[in-house]
Order: sequence, then structure tokens, then C-alpha cells
Amino acid sequence: MNSIVPDSLQNQSNQNIDSAESPDLNKDNQKYNPQNTTQLILGLFFGIIFGYLIQKGGVANYDVLMGALFLTDFTVMKIILSAILTGMIGIFTMHRLGLVELHIKPTRYAANIIGGLVFGIGFGLLGYCPGTGAAAVGQGNYDAIAGVLGLLAGSYFYAEMSGYINTTIMKWGDRGKLIFPDVMGVSRKAFIVYFAIFLTISLYLLERFYALF
Amino acid sequence: MDLMGNNGEVWSPYLVGTFIGLLSMATFYFSNQPIGASTGYARISGIIGKFFSKMHTNSLSFFQETKPIIQWDVMFLIGIFLGAFAAAYMGGEIKGTWVPTLWEERFGSSYLFRFCLAFIGGLIMAFGARLAGGCTSGHGISGTAQLSVGSWLALMCFFIGGAITANLIFNV
Repeated sequence: MNSIVPDSLQNQSNQNIDSAESPDLNKDNQKYNPQNTTQLILGLFFGIIFGYLIQKGGVANYDVLMGALFLTDFTVMKIILSAILTGMIGIFTMHRLGLVELHIKPTRYAANIIGGLVFGIGFGLLGYCPGTGAAAVGQGNYDAIAGVLGLLAGSYFYAEMSGYINTTIMKWGDRGKLIFPDVMGVSRKAFIVYFAIFLTISLYLLERFYALF
Repeated sequence: MDLMGNNGEVWSPYLVGTFIGLLSMATFYFSNQPIGASTGYARISGIIGKFFSKMHTNSLSFFQETKPIIQWDVMFLIGIFLGAFAAAYMGGEIKGTWVPTLWEERFGSSYLFRFCLAFIGGLIMAFGARLAGGCTSGHGISGTAQLSVGSWLALMCFFIGGAITANLIFNV
């Protein structure tokens, strides 16, 4: 594990995240404009791969997703934790090498918690999440079409309320970009190494004790 | 394992998860974008809204930050649909179902009831995703992989809210 996280990561913990985003990268240039034709095609291409993986992983199925909520089917957790493990090591390594910018969403305690719980209520009723819902329509689970229409309606409804929400809930406990290594005052490298070990052990225990599901 | 996926076999979740992790490295590198699904819905809802009232839609605070236009994340969302279709089609796994089995065992086979609840569920979920700042992909994979405190908090709340709701509607 040590060999793939560069040593230089060690000294980064005190830097603020924005300044750590390599200024020479110039990711703002036209090449990365999300509206240009190349990026639209790349978006479609990457989306196709994501949808393919979701379908092959069996997580576009209502029963599997509800199983995650009933704690009887751990497929979703296994996929998410494996993706986090790989993505964490890969993205932070590439960032350290100056190859990518980070895209950290702001931590807003009230909005994250309230929004997260509201999302969960919808998740329990629908049985698909936004990504797996699109995949469910793709594999012919027609009830997900109603879910997709609901997602569109809900998004617009939120936009109607956004003026009010932006001046209230969004401001409660707004901490900006906040990542665990910085909060805990440890180096990113050390955190990633220990957390990778922790995630691996969690996955092992999940497999060991819930293999029957 | 049949990696071409032509026999409809479910892939190992560890393999799928690892591939998704690699995919997110690729989207960071080639597109300067994190993986996410819910913003695509939000943009499409705004694009539809513009057909009815362009001025009103553009005046909304949310659509001033998140422009209702077709860009990378909208194409990514369309790709998810196409990719899942391709995988299911090639694997001979096109479901063609209107009501999920588990739902039918609990609530019966009414299409209308399932569609209404799915619509309401989707509506509530999108509202929550926008408030939380992302969904199971944007927070649950991209945000957590970047060790964002808010993303881990949101992911846990997705499952807490979901577990409570699922148990209430199925067991009460």
C-alpha cells in the first residue's frame, strides 16, 4: 500500500485544499469545458461504462437495493466500499502527482443530514437511487420510469424553493470543503493508508459473516 | 467469470466496485468531473421547465448556479441508461417488469399504486439529494473517496433514512 501513495503526500495535511489544487494544471481551459463536444461524448462514454457496471453488479434491481436497506443483502455496500477504496487511493495519488484536481463538495451539517434523511425516505419508497434508477429503466424495470419522472419533478420543486433554502438550511453548519485527514490533523498519506486497511478489513468481515446473503 | 457478460451472470461486487473506482479516476483525469447522477436530473428538469417558462426557470436561484443546459453530467446520466440497456440486452437479462417481485408480495400487483409510490419516492429523493448536495454516486462514491466529511455524513443518512422507511412500509 505504501508504494502507491507518494511520500510527498505526508507534508500536505496543513495545506488548504484549494491551494493544494495544482495551479499549473489549468483544468479550466477549453479542453475540460463540460459543454464541448469531446466532453459530451466522454460523458456519454463514461456513463455507459457506469451503467454497464451497475447492471452487471446486479444493483439495478429493486430487491437487491431494498435488501441493502433491510440489511439482508450487502451487494450495494460491497460495491460502494470497493469503489471508495480504489477511488480514494487512485484520486489522491493522481492529485499528488499533479494530474487531477479534487472536487470536494462543501460540508454543510444541516443540509447534509436533513437532505440525507429526506433522500433516504425517498430511497425507501422508490427502491432505486438516481443512478441505479436510470440503469433500472435501461434493463426494463418499467416502474423506475415513474421514479425518474418523480426525480425530475422533485428537482424542479427544489429549485422553486432554492432561494429560501440557500439563505437558511444551507447556511446552518456550513464548513466549506472539509476532509477527514485535515479535521483530525493527520497527514493525508497516513490517513489513507490506515483507512484503506480499515476498509479492507470491513469488506473481509462483511464477506466472512454475511457470505450467505 | 465471463467478462463480456454474455451469459447474464452477476459479477463479483468487489470487481464491480473496483472498476467503478477506476472509472472515477478516469473521469477526474479525462473530464475533470466526479461521477454523479442527481445533477443530471436537475439540469434536465430545468431544460423541461424552460419549455414552459424560460424566464421563471432562469430566475430560480438553483438554476443560476446549476445551468439548465446539456453538459457532461446530463450525458453521463443518459449513458447510465444506455449502458445498463446494453449490459442487460447482451446478457439476455431485459426484465420487462412493471412491479418488482418484493413489492408485489407486500402491496399487490397494482401498477398504479406502484407507479404513484415510485413517483412520490423519486420526488422526495431528488429534493433530498439537492438539499444534501448529491446522491449515492456524487456523495456516496466520489465524495466519500475524497474523504469529505459531509459526503460520509450524507451517505450514512441516506441509509439510515432508507432503512427506517423501508422497515416502516414493509413491516408495520
